[in-house]
Amino acid sequence: MVLLGALCLWQASVIPTTPLYAQVGPKFVPYLVGGLVMVIGGGLTLSALRGGWSAQMEEVRDAPPTNWRALGLVGAGLLANLVLIDWLGFVIAATVQFVLVAAGFGSRRPGRDLLIGLAVTLGAFLAFDKLLGVNIGAGILEGIL
Amino acid sequence: MDVWSGLSLGFGNALTLTNMGWALLGCFLGTAIGVLPGIGPALTIALLLPITFQVSATGAFILFCGVFYGAMYGGSTTSILLNTPGESGSIITALEGAKMARHGRAGPALYTAAIGSFIAGTIGTLGISFLGPVVVDLALQLGPAEYFSLMILCFVTVSAVLGGSALRGLAALGLGLILGLIGIDLQTGQPRMTFGVTELLDGTDVVLVAVALFAVGEALFLAWRHHDAKQQVLEVGRLAMSKEDWKRSIGPWFRGAALGFPFGVMPAGGTEMPTMLSYYFERKLVRPKYRHEFGTTGAIEGVAGPEAANNAAAAGILVPMLTLGLPTSATAAIMLSAFQSYGIQPGPMLFTTQAELVWTLIASLYIANVMLVVLNLPLVGLWARILKIPTPQLYAGILVFATIGTYGISNSVVDLVILYTLGIIAMFMRRFDFPTAPVVIGMILGPMAENAMRQALTISQGDWTTFITRPVSVCILALAVIALLGPRLWGLFARRRGLVP
Repeated sequence: MVLLGALCLWQASVIPTTPLYAQVGPKFVPYLVGGLVMVIGGGLTLSALRGGWSAQMEEVRDAPPTNWRALGLVGAGLLANLVLIDWLGFVIAATVQFVLVAAGFGSRRPGRDLLIGLAVTLGAFLAFDKLLGVNIGAGILEGIL
Repeated sequence: MDVWSGLSLGFGNALTLTNMGWALLGCFLGTAIGVLPGIGPALTIALLLPITFQVSATGAFILFCGVFYGAMYGGSTTSILLNTPGESGSIITALEGAKMARHGRAGPALYTAAIGSFIAGTIGTLGISFLGPVVVDLALQLGPAEYFSLMILCFVTVSAVLGGSALRGLAALGLGLILGLIGIDLQTGQPRMTFGVTELLDGTDVVLVAVALFAVGEALFLAWRHHDAKQQVLEVGRLAMSKEDWKRSIGPWFRGAALGFPFGVMPAGGTEMPTMLSYYFERKLVRPKYRHEFGTTGAIEGVAGPEAANNAAAAGILVPMLTLGLPTSATAAIMLSAFQSYGIQPGPMLFTTQAELVWTLIASLYIANVMLVVLNLPLVGLWARILKIPTPQLYAGILVFATIGTYGISNSVVDLVILYTLGIIAMFMRRFDFPTAPVVIGMILGPMAENAMRQALTISQGDWTTFITRPVSVCILALAVIALLGPRLWGLFARRRGLVP
């Protein structure tokens, strides 16, 4: 419960970030929105301090405990993509991501996932690149594709 | 242009082979994503936005509307066979539909949902054709001040009235408004809230935000709570409805459609409320002979009514979008941004400046509806098979498409970082029950509202009372205040009187 309350509080404190702006004239609306968000954030913090609302939610109460392994693997997949996409290109980076995410969701056959991932990303790449003319960047596979 | 000549022009255009092809593709895709739990029409249309670089506006919008209608049809299949609603409008369908399926009546449930969707979709589309021009005539009388008030009303209803908590809805809206502020100010050219990052000068892309919210956030949230449990897909069984089923469905179909459409048209759009209302109505109105079926073996009325309401509301949502340029759902907001990427300004002028596009679009809605019934009834087995795609590969695939959708537009890693960061925020929002639709709506409507406000102030030479001295504007603002505070004051009042413990 305490942990939940803390998480709610953190959530609330993330929201009231007052916007950053410098010039005159177009400033009014950002001020307005910033102020509004501060007020809402205050309200949220208040309700979080009162114990939060999530404890009353059926979905949360019955939910299984946090699955760190799944979350970690999916996160790793996203991160891998981020790091790899610039120098290895979309197809390879996204395939790595596919395998890691699939593993995160409980797939036990990385080999098969690798093949499916490759097929999906290649298909998506070709569809976007050739049919729609969207340049995605083939990376080191540039010459082959 | 009057309705009939508009429609005949529209049908003439829509019945060409290419446009029929787009409609069919849209319907097919829409049904598929409607069936798959976890992805909805908003995400799909966001990912399809790159086609606006290549395809004509007409083709693209026929495709988008096909997806939009198709998702409504597909959602019911998932609700009935899996007891997991494919999208928010079919939560209620899952109540009775899944119970029917468990008692071997999945076939009639799917059948009544499809026919009900067809009837309601057709009624809704008729509504668009005839109501649209009327709303346009009214809308042409409105100035920027009224527009601003309308948008405020839209903000309030979308975030504070729908959903569990006004505070959380408004918080989500605030996040969207802030995202909408990022970039160069339209009227003065000053950069705002860019933190000095040049990539942010262009503003945040709608696709990026939608994909982050609906794909990345959703996938992370599911991973957070993931456990290896197999979900059972129920058997379809015999499809046909008996004479009894027909008799019991007809009333709910029309009542549901009549209930759903007005809700969609109102700026308080959304499909949840009318489906819920329809369910309660049918429960009250059902003949005593069948009353025991509600909540036990599953009553066909409880599927037919809400499904019809759901589709009629979806059609209704298109009315404010096409006539006023006001999106009342996340999907409509993304379609609106597609209009913008063609340089078309949605609003009352659309029916005159882009008459051909609008009427072709409306005509293709009729066609899409027919296609969807044909696609859904015989192919229901195929859709049921889609449900058997294992979760790991499904979500891995969704994330790959999420990446291609964002990276493909800009080739920038900064965008991917934003995508994943927003995705993480979205995961926490899901976890703590914040609605996500207000974010998208705030982001798209926010800059429009700001523009309208500043135009109104320019016209009135900086006089703030312009919003409360113009009669229409003040009425709309009053409605917004009532919508925001009404339920709370009523609750307070009821407690005072001791009506509610």
